Amino acid sequence: MSTLHTEEMTLNMGPQHPSTHGVLRFVVRADGEVMREAIPDVGYLHRSIEKIAEKVGYHGFMPYTDRVDYVCAMFTNQGWGMACEKLANIEVPHRGEYCRVIAAEFNRIASHLLSVGAMAMDIGAVTPFTHAIREREMINDLIEELCGARLTFNYMRIGGVAWDLPPGWREKALAYLDHFDPILEEYNALISWNKIYIERLANVGVITPAEAINYNLVGPNLRACGIKWDIRKDIPYSVYPEFEFDVPIGDGHWGKLGDSMDRYVVRIREMAESSKILRQALHKIPGGPVLAKVARNFKPPKGECQIRLESGRGDMGWYVVSDGTGYPWRVHVRTGSFAAMGIIQKLSAGLMIADLVTLIASLDVIAPEIDR
Amino acid sequence: MESLQILERVKNQFGDRILEISDHKPDPFAVIDPKAVLEIGKFMNQDPELAMDCLSNETGVDYKDRIEVVYHLFSYSKRHTAVLKVKLPRDNPSVATLEGVWKSANWMEREIFDLIGVNFEGHSDMRRILMPEDWIGHPQRKDFVEPAEYHGISTVRESPIIRLDTKKK
Amino acid sequence: METLVHNLIASGAFGKNASPSMVAAIVVFIMSAVVFLGVAFPFAGIVSWAERRVWARIQSRVGPNRVGPQGFLQWLADGVKHVCKEDIIPDESDAPLFKMAPYLVMLAFTLPWAVMPFSSSLILADLNVGILYMTSVTALTVVGVLMAGWASNDKWSLIGGIRSAAQIVSYEIPAGLSIFPVVLMTGTLSMQGIIRAQGWAPQHWFLFANPFTFVAANILYISALAEGNRTPFDLPEAESELVAGFATEYSGMRYLFFFMAEWGNLFIIGAIIATLFLGGWQFPHVTKNVVAMNILQAITFNVKVLFLVFVSMWIRATLPRVRIDQLMTLCWKYFVPISFVNMIGTAVWVAIWPDGNSLMGYIMLAGAIALAAVFTQRVIYYLRRSRMEVYFNPTI
Repeated sequence: MSTLHTEEMTLNMGPQHPSTHGVLRFVVRADGEVMREAIPDVGYLHRSIEKIAEKVGYHGFMPYTDRVDYVCAMFTNQGWGMACEKLANIEVPHRGEYCRVIAAEFNRIASHLLSVGAMAMDIGAVTPFTHAIREREMINDLIEELCGARLTFNYMRIGGVAWDLPPGWREKALAYLDHFDPILEEYNALISWNKIYIERLANVGVITPAEAINYNLVGPNLRACGIKWDIRKDIPYSVYPEFEFDVPIGDGHWGKLGDSMDRYVVRIREMAESSKILRQALHKIPGGPVLAKVARNFKPPKGECQIRLESGRGDMGWYVVSDGTGYPWRVHVRTGSFAAMGIIQKLSAGLMIADLVTLIASLDVIAPEIDR
Repeated sequence: MESLQILERVKNQFGDRILEISDHKPDPFAVIDPKAVLEIGKFMNQDPELAMDCLSNETGVDYKDRIEVVYHLFSYSKRHTAVLKVKLPRDNPSVATLEGVWKSANWMEREIFDLIGVNFEGHSDMRRILMPEDWIGHPQRKDFVEPAEYHGISTVRESPIIRLDTKKK
Repeated sequence: METLVHNLIASGAFGKNASPSMVAAIVVFIMSAVVFLGVAFPFAGIVSWAERRVWARIQSRVGPNRVGPQGFLQWLADGVKHVCKEDIIPDESDAPLFKMAPYLVMLAFTLPWAVMPFSSSLILADLNVGILYMTSVTALTVVGVLMAGWASNDKWSLIGGIRSAAQIVSYEIPAGLSIFPVVLMTGTLSMQGIIRAQGWAPQHWFLFANPFTFVAANILYISALAEGNRTPFDLPEAESELVAGFATEYSGMRYLFFFMAEWGNLFIIGAIIATLFLGGWQFPHVTKNVVAMNILQAITFNVKVLFLVFVSMWIRATLPRVRIDQLMTLCWKYFVPISFVNMIGTAVWVAIWPDGNSLMGYIMLAGAIALAAVFTQRVIYYLRRSRMEVYFNPTI
């Protein structure tokens, strides 16, 4: 019997798609259900934020940093603040650092909730998403009291944070944490240890540690491969050395080390760790000012610097070149999602189309971070 | 190892291919010869003392008289960083790709090519990444002028406030 | 049916020279219209509202509650909206097939209602191959879905259509094989015959008759869910991967036809399980009044079927989706062998105890009650531990 003539299909998982996390496009060459290659095509959300920085100045760029990653806006704010402070050698007051950490860790929990909820929804379970969003809404309510916004916060300034914690906010935050910890257990019971879910995630998109480092994967993606690396612990910044927390890593319990299930479980465990940090911070927060005195026409000395901080998606690197005027010469953000997109093309060979959705969701790719 | 120590070690190995070592605060950097980029990259990756296994950031910067490509290297095993710079002429800037050494360079170099216009020799997939494929020009250059229209859509719009002003007169 | 026709002619309702076949035809049309238009289609619509409310309460939301009391008229509003939409037929598509596909799927959903045993005398046609007719007619969805996927001229629809065809055809096998234990125990394929062979009490249901039928019931339920494209097997319409699968290019009422067929299929799935394993309309003989007995039996049947419909919605809200290769593995490597074992086991059981073994019925019922108790205890444990506020009021 002569072999049947087959040809591969070229599909377009277009920029409008219910499951790609933001506007992403994949050109998928598939042989039936099994993919040969999924070529990502990004740039649909490119807003030239880096060039805008050169026009709006140092202080004016802070709201733009929210839009670089709107799910983790506190971290981008903090990154820009830290970069300018390093350039100009400004020290943030102690209470300001505590406010930064509290806001950032709440944002980390919110970002991870969205990530795991959207991942569950992409796999097909619609209920965990609404439960995760319910918890996230409570965090958004807290942060709305703090800084007035629910998504793009613009809370931090160069030299500290804009406003102090409102009266009574500390108690509300602690009450929320008391409410949140058992909810995480319930969430796990609902979906994380579900047999169908584990079958969908285990052994999908296995990344070896050497590959992860070579492709510059960061954050939960890197930790899921077994590498214990967290900027908060290893290149400490802000007041993180004052807190005790653990860094969860993947252990290949349900499949191979570095598969999607590991990435998912690392995010779930990171939420519990953030909750620990928050409790310590809310109890230990000192008094004092929250914002250092920074000139309104802020002119850092000529030079350049790079800072790295641990955002919800991993190590975010800010590189700022200053020419001594009030407008930066060059700003560059290297985000975790950019590197994660680079590895998708390599990992996609041999996966099924349904697995591509799982892979994108497990790498926690957010389109605005890639395109800026 | 401190950054300056790392750069000294590279200078010992490569001599005059390292054009300049600057102890600029807060991040010291070394300017290297563009033709030696691949060799130096491989050395820094494979040398057991340096073990730079991660290209953490690669940026293109457009100064008025030159274009620089800045490499931020990092080692997970040794926990140290180093910064390398390459200075290229503004017309037809070109340097060897580091994709063979660190795979993360693939997408980062595509972005630099797209937005600043540096051509990376030997890159497997040198095409635009953020801008549309048929875009002309490199937007992050300082002398970039936005085209007046793209596929028939005008990018210039008169401000209605100005029009009101002229109407009043 | 024939007695009804004779009574009608004898009572002179149709005039003196009415021919029996004419009267029979008219009676059939009217009764079918009542069942299809009055029961089947509105049920499909109401299930859409019920599903949205059930989902919403599981997801700690409210669901539609604006249009009518408790949002009950939401399905009518949806229907009107879809009818008023523009009927878009893609230019490059195969227009006749494109238009015909939803009707075939609706046909597959409508035809089984002809043998739906609502009570001991409320059945449109008591065929002596009732259950076989039901399973074979529901397989018509394959033709409709494949037509929709191909005629849409869209690669994603094609993938959805092929997936669905493969899924439905594969799961016909365990479903069909799981019907055999019951047929072996009763010796008849007719719906009323199977129901009459069971009793009204749970220990006399076929579900608890022997362990093989218990497993067969579960396999039948899961296979029927897979045939109906319900989660966890809703790959053909996997919303997060293929937009709407084979129905991507459809809009307006044509789109709704596919989904009315899916929702209505829930009732058919529930009816099959209720008939075969849960005793159907059986109700203790409390009164000699035929009409009252029929009403009680109809209520019993509907309660059982609606409970299974609720369980289907519950499962859809909770479980994630399986992948296509895992689905095929489940069917061919697990369900088919287990179904064969069930069949042979039941055959052996019937050979040993031809009249059934009522002791086993009591044992299995006790086991099921223990299972239900464990389930309830775990639910209460999790509610207490997460200290969630639970709103039991469904009319919130």
